[in-house]
Amino acid sequence: MKYEAPKSIDEALELLESEPDSCVFAGATDIIPQMRSGRPEPKLMIDLKCIPEMVQIACENKVWTIGAAVPAVLIAGDSALKSDFPGLAESAGLIGSDQIQNRASLGGNVCNASPAADTVPALIVNNAHAVIASKGGMRTLPVALIATGPGSTSLNAGEFIVAFRIEQPLPHSADAYLRFIPRTEMDIAVVGAAARITMDKAGNCTDAVIALGAVAPTAVRVTAAEDALRGNPIDEDTLTKIMAAARAACNPIDDKRGSKEYRTQVAGVLAKRVVIEAADRARK
Amino acid sequence: MNRRHITCTINGDKAEFLCDDDESLLNTLRDELGLTGAKEGCGTGDCGACSVMLNGRLVCSCLVFAPEAEGATIETIEGMADGEHLHPLQTAFLEGAALQCGICTPGVLIAAKALLDRNPEPTESEVRYALAGNLCRCTGYDKIVRSVLDAAAQMKNNLQEGDRL
Repeated sequence: MKYEAPKSIDEALELLESEPDSCVFAGATDIIPQMRSGRPEPKLMIDLKCIPEMVQIACENKVWTIGAAVPAVLIAGDSALKSDFPGLAESAGLIGSDQIQNRASLGGNVCNASPAADTVPALIVNNAHAVIASKGGMRTLPVALIATGPGSTSLNAGEFIVAFRIEQPLPHSADAYLRFIPRTEMDIAVVGAAARITMDKAGNCTDAVIALGAVAPTAVRVTAAEDALRGNPIDEDTLTKIMAAARAACNPIDDKRGSKEYRTQVAGVLAKRVVIEAADRARK
Repeated sequence: MNRRHITCTINGDKAEFLCDDDESLLNTLRDELGLTGAKEGCGTGDCGACSVMLNGRLVCSCLVFAPEAEGATIETIEGMADGEHLHPLQTAFLEGAALQCGICTPGVLIAAKALLDRNPEPTESEVRYALAGNLCRCTGYDKIVRSVLDAAAQMKNNLQEGDRL
């Protein structure tokens, strides 16, 4: 295996083209353990952390651009970003230990395509778009369309994600992310739930986006719950509908962290709680 | 394939070494440079025994490719004591018997120092979260956590005494 650390997007694209059996990385916190447990080593590892666009966080013209190689610790700790997207910051702050936080990136979390990736539901509810580079130029794609199943993405050969773009939230709108794991820290989601809720002055929800992680082969939108919220107050009746819709959206696996039935049950509870949390923030 | 020539700064000194592209920083530190304080516990970033500071950030050196060290500043457990003078964390660990087999200790000390450098007066809960990436199979963590808190108190004391002098 060879290692290269290109200094520009163009240089990285040249390298990707020159060696079809290559792999881009930022923190390598998923790829190295995978290689140690038998995943074949690619011929070329391309380190993206030396490309300036990939390690910047900026907000211009009401649009945030978060470099795909920015370590999670900087996303969780950026006070301006956190004020706009507390849920996204929370999701990044839940990934692994401090050692992992200092390396793991949004680009890696999205492209590793684990169904349990913490940042993916939070990116989806914020309508984050990935900026994807290729020899043919740049294109953007909603994060919801990147993972196609566990470990697989819709990215073509020769492409990589440079950054994520997210529009600043409207007034009286807020996000939240909750995760359930069997212990206090250092585990993978049994269920992750993200919501973005927009409220009006009368206390009715005017818009809602809800996404669940770890309950299906990819993160899933719960559109039935969004429909139940839109135009309604967040009362017992609405919350009961949200719980039922979240459970109906589940298609989970059975594993040591939880059975199908358990994950489905917990998904309803987390969906309800995350809507309440996001709505509380939106009212402020 | 030719081995790669890397120049970096380790514990304040310029260091040069040769490495293979697929080698981990941990293996290079141990096998090329003789810095055997960092240990390989799991090799997958779960146990933290290989913790070092890379450009001011706490990382698992088993999850860093050795060529990433080019131009970098690295701090390892070997640089924590000032000559014969132990760091207050090291003294507190000895006095508090915060180690048994010692495999996890270098990583725990590096992670604890990273915490105290950014938060000199952590709560017990903050210490436990900051050390969540460092596994110890001997001590049950209690003595470790208490020793980090003791070291923080000692360092605050030392600072205040320094102010009085």
